[in-house]
Amino acid sequence: MGWRRAPSAGHRERALESVFTSSPATAGGPIIDFAADESCLAIEGLSLAYGETPALRDLTLRVPRHRVTAFIGPSGCGKSTLLRALNRLHDLNEEVVRRGEIRLEGQDIHAPEVDVAELRRRVGMVFQAPNPFPMSIYDNVAFGLRLQGGLRKRRIDDTVEWALQSAALWEEVKDRLRASAWTLSGGQQQRLVIARTLAVGPEVLLLDEPASALDPISTLKIEELIRNLKSRLSLVLVTHNMQQAARVSDYTAFLQRGELVEYGPTQTLFTNPRLARTENYITGRMT
Amino acid sequence: MDISSDIHSQHISRQFNQELEELKTHLMAMGGLVEKQVQDAVAALLEGDSALGRQVVDNDRAVNDMQIKIDAECTQVLARRQPTASDLRLVLAVIRAASDLERIGDEASKIARNACELIDGDNGSRGFVEVRMISEHVRRMVRDALTSFARFDTELALKLVHEDEEVDNEYQSAMRSLMTFMMEDARSISPVLSLMWILRALERIGDHANNLAEYVVYLVKGMDIRHTDPDDLDAEAIARKG
Repeated sequence: MGWRRAPSAGHRERALESVFTSSPATAGGPIIDFAADESCLAIEGLSLAYGETPALRDLTLRVPRHRVTAFIGPSGCGKSTLLRALNRLHDLNEEVVRRGEIRLEGQDIHAPEVDVAELRRRVGMVFQAPNPFPMSIYDNVAFGLRLQGGLRKRRIDDTVEWALQSAALWEEVKDRLRASAWTLSGGQQQRLVIARTLAVGPEVLLLDEPASALDPISTLKIEELIRNLKSRLSLVLVTHNMQQAARVSDYTAFLQRGELVEYGPTQTLFTNPRLARTENYITGRMT
Repeated sequence: MDISSDIHSQHISRQFNQELEELKTHLMAMGGLVEKQVQDAVAALLEGDSALGRQVVDNDRAVNDMQIKIDAECTQVLARRQPTASDLRLVLAVIRAASDLERIGDEASKIARNACELIDGDNGSRGFVEVRMISEHVRRMVRDALTSFARFDTELALKLVHEDEEVDNEYQSAMRSLMTFMMEDARSISPVLSLMWILRALERIGDHANNLAEYVVYLVKGMDIRHTDPDDLDAEAIARKG
């Protein structure tokens, strides 16, 4: 297959209509809702497609503040697409077409006046593979702070220590802050990346399979960290590991084929889901 | 959501299907043995067959062994499969049901021991009418509880919750008439006390059958109705849930 040319605006409009007018309504399963003052992110009628391939279909949900919300579902269900939409990572892909709204603390994140860099500071993201920059541990954490500019060294020092402590990494690295980030283990690198994200003071932390490349002990450390961080910010976790979702999240949303099937308290969803589709997925049954 | 009795055979992992199927089969086998123990214990008394009574006491070990085996199988499923939703509820219900069945086995053994004492003492058949009536009732309850478990039949299970109240009333009335016997004839105190222990054991069996029925509602509907007054249970609301 050859390279596809970035579609023109007119093409994108047509694609949008043809993709979304045929999309089915959401499954209509019982879905938990949060009051506006309890939620940090509100997603309303969000549909998204890669070219003419729909990835999300008319999703509406709110993400509660100071809680861990997990998105689960089979490969290709749209959970990572949804997560990336929350800090506009799809902006870089010309093929992506979107309909619907995402509001961060009441403000439309796609409004023309929104500064994308500022949005991504407020909504930080951690990916599956740890991606420390090729520089020292200290410089990794200080990177975002220096980009913001205007901070004195003393202030940067304090924030780096605070971020490393918040990411439960300080004790392990405090004597070698100038060592390369590559000298850290995979689990430590992932916590370093989390520290780097925390340093710029996000309100929401998006985690895309943050522990899937880690050993069980490092995974537990990350999970413990997620649990501890929720007093400071709101977390959204995408994971294939259902036990992980069950262990760390307060609320779970189950997505399938781009639709939101069921969204509820984790303790209910994993013991007594309301819909057969959810039950079949979490118990590993054929559908 | 409501589940049907074949839901545990639809996993992608056939091994998992088999493990859950075995849990149910072994619980039913234990239930069958326990049901027979109750039947034999009561027959030993009513027919004056002390050999049968001693056999019931001996067989209690087999009941205990079955509980240990089922518990071990449940532990394996929890450790290896980390079951969720209806699978998790099945494992929990099986663990709890096995515990209640084991207690029913203990009560059967208690009935058999008291029956042997009564037979050896040759004390006539006073109070046997009450024992026969209540024993038939609780045996039916145990059988229905096991049937409702096998079929995931919550309607039958909820019927049992109300029946337990009837057994309690029958038990109270039987106790009153036995106390009258004791007051009338001091020599009857010892044998009547043995009969009272038997009636008490039967009444407890009814309670355990009632517990089994509650686990069926939990398994199928995900609702915990333990410690709920039977009169407060809304059968229609439970049937609608799912």
